[in-house]
Amino acid sequence: MKIRIKFKKQGSMKFIGHLDIMRYFQKVMRRGNVQIRYSEGFSPHQIMSFAAPLGVGITSNGEYLDIEVTSTEDSKTMIDRLNQVMCQEIQVLSYKKLKDSSKNAMSIVCAADYTLTFRDQHRPRDLEDFFKELEEFYGQEQILIVKKTKKGQKDMDLKPLIYKLELRGDAIFMQVSTGSKDNIKPELVMEAFYESRQRQYPPFAFLIQREEVYGLEDQTGRKIPLEEFGEDIE
Amino acid sequence: MRKLALPDEILLSVQQPARYIGGEVNMCVKDPKNVAIRFAMCFPDVYEIGMSHLGIQILYDMFNRREDVYCERVYSPWTDLDKIMRRENIPLFALESQEPVKSFDFLGITLQYEMCYTNVLQILDLSQIPLHSRDRGETDPVVIGGGPCAYNPEPLAEFFDLFYIGEGETVYYQLLDAYLDNKKQGKGRLEFLEKAARIPGIYVPAFYDAAYYEDGTIKAFTPNNPHAPQKVTKELVVSLDDAPYIEKPLVPFLKVTQDRVVLEIQRGCIRGCRFCQAGNVYRPLREHGLEYLKHYAKQLIETTGHDEISLSSLSSSDYTDLPELVNYLIDECSAKGVNISLPSLRIDAFSLDVMGKVQDVKKSSLTFAPEAGSQRLRDVINKGLTEEVILKGAAMAFHGGWNRVKLYFMLGLPTEQREDMEGIALLSEKIAETYYDEIPKDQRHGRVQIVASSSFFVPKPFTPFQWAKMCTKEEFLERAYIVKNKFREMKNFKSLKYNWHEADVTVLEGVLARGDRRVGAVVEAAYKSGALFDSWSEYFDNSLWIKAFESCGIDPDFYTVRERSLDEIFPWDFIDAGVSKEFLKKEWLLAMKGEVTPNCRQSCSGCGARGFGGGVCYEDKD
Repeated sequence: MKIRIKFKKQGSMKFIGHLDIMRYFQKVMRRGNVQIRYSEGFSPHQIMSFAAPLGVGITSNGEYLDIEVTSTEDSKTMIDRLNQVMCQEIQVLSYKKLKDSSKNAMSIVCAADYTLTFRDQHRPRDLEDFFKELEEFYGQEQILIVKKTKKGQKDMDLKPLIYKLELRGDAIFMQVSTGSKDNIKPELVMEAFYESRQRQYPPFAFLIQREEVYGLEDQTGRKIPLEEFGEDIE
Repeated sequence: MRKLALPDEILLSVQQPARYIGGEVNMCVKDPKNVAIRFAMCFPDVYEIGMSHLGIQILYDMFNRREDVYCERVYSPWTDLDKIMRRENIPLFALESQEPVKSFDFLGITLQYEMCYTNVLQILDLSQIPLHSRDRGETDPVVIGGGPCAYNPEPLAEFFDLFYIGEGETVYYQLLDAYLDNKKQGKGRLEFLEKAARIPGIYVPAFYDAAYYEDGTIKAFTPNNPHAPQKVTKELVVSLDDAPYIEKPLVPFLKVTQDRVVLEIQRGCIRGCRFCQAGNVYRPLREHGLEYLKHYAKQLIETTGHDEISLSSLSSSDYTDLPELVNYLIDECSAKGVNISLPSLRIDAFSLDVMGKVQDVKKSSLTFAPEAGSQRLRDVINKGLTEEVILKGAAMAFHGGWNRVKLYFMLGLPTEQREDMEGIALLSEKIAETYYDEIPKDQRHGRVQIVASSSFFVPKPFTPFQWAKMCTKEEFLERAYIVKNKFREMKNFKSLKYNWHEADVTVLEGVLARGDRRVGAVVEAAYKSGALFDSWSEYFDNSLWIKAFESCGIDPDFYTVRERSLDEIFPWDFIDAGVSKEFLKKEWLLAMKGEVTPNCRQSCSGCGARGFGGGVCYEDKD
């Protein structure tokens, strides 16, 4: 049986890297006595995969992992049981059953939401002005940047990969392309913005939080939150 | 959100920020305002090493059972953060509350190996606590040292307010109560140290004076305070099952060195290898009961979620109920996908059978520790492993599918001759030949791989070899080349590999292991000129130490290559570690004659540990 788990990663847990989060959840499964399936072979490992790695330094309200189990209790019981053996700053938000034919989260990830909040000492004096410039930047036909890759440099247009860029209160909200193809980090967007104003991007200017990760629904081509691919177990 | 001592800008600019944030599963959370004593427990090395240490986990659990105590952890900041903390004047903090160590009542530092001594000074320095005990005031924490190196605390005597000699489970509560009493009486630091000095196992270095002969050896070591005893007797847990074990071990996020459940099955060793400090100072051997271990094995796997459990002891094969324990673990663990690791097992039919069940034979290797290359030298060091046993064990293992063997040796042992050195290559060759003789060509999985490693021998306090002369760096390397050249002559040279340890660091370890109070100045000078993380070969800089010896006017040879007379007073002689100096002397003389001593289960040799009233000394005698 396939299960999709949504969790949040808050506070100091933003310093825990992706590989350590994977190991953390392997231990959670054993502490929580989850009937997780193991692979065959001499050194069996848990069947578990994560949707989209989160960079160190970023908090999240919408992280996902898929597991396979041999049996399970209802969603509410499982959420409680897992949260009892987790740290306070990493907590399970939903536990949903997927159809057997479902593709795993990693392969369908297409977009993610982020909010960026100014750290106090980096708050621009004129916030309105800053936001106006940002809107202008997003309003361009094309946002051409040079992306550094492992192989060298690549020219690319960011514009079609930024699905939303708007202001929400004092924060910047953006939805960007995510996944194995065209994985756009919010820092890359902000770097491009600063560069377009001939300014140096201050790496610690923003507190960045991922809010949600979306998957592409095959039939409709719609982007829907990954948890909505599954159903609560009653 | 938990408050952190370091801002994001710093945490995101250093390697592994998770080292500094705490918040691990099973971390103890208390309100510091509601406790009477704040204790910072420190392992002076990087987080991944320190978090792997069982002793601290036991004490952390034990201290925090008391409502009036909050015990927190401290590790050495890695070199990147070290620089930032100095530059920005950030005081070293404990992981739990993220508050500065200097505001604590106690700072306890475990001393597991000599090469951490400069890191001890780093911890004090970054904590903004005066390095010298005599310079500390009423508001500074009381700095306590413990662990195996506290069996010769003298090189660090100036830096510690007191040392706890022996096993931590016994008198720590008493020490904390004395601290509270003292506070209640409105008394100060000196009065507390005087109260502490009266507690068994506690050594207050400031209460003793050392006098020296002209040749530099110790003339007398005498108390200068009426509260300080002549001799400090080590503390020991007589009945292990009555001592607290860990209920809920901390589970780190980072992959630490010992990323598994560690189950201590016994303490001490019956074997009496003459080079081994642990085998002497942890005497007598005491075992945990089978039911106790079953209970904790199950509980610790459940409370940590680790995917591996390892047994801890100096010689697991000597544990009486080993087959029952291992079979229980196999049943319990296989259902949960938990692996079992069994270090320090003697290779025999039983252990091969068990290892075949718990590990992938193709991926694992066999380990033998003959320690010396010839039977003569193995008799000198009292290592009861014979060539016949090794070859028989290896043959059995080869039939079982293993084809990788690791061998551990020491070079520079007392009385060592060329034949003993060459014996390392010859024994390795014989094991390779055993493989090719025993396993027909069509059944071999490639070539046999034999890796022999040698470390250089360092004489340690409280061993029969405490009188031994150590080799110079040049002698060590010369011996390693003799072995290496002999390997070249072997017929199966291509199946054999030989490694040896670095010599510089070994010589320094020798100075610190048997050093006296005067060596403290050298540690301080080396630290002040930049020595840090000396146990990390990429950071060890011998030139800093050479300069430190010169500037302090101290000759390292005095501590290493000098012949010691049988009646010399050693810096650590004021400690009663259970084994008597008379026994060690007798063993030293037997070693020189190449005579072996039976192990504790064969017959009692009267080492003195029987006086503690428990353990192997009283087996079958109740």
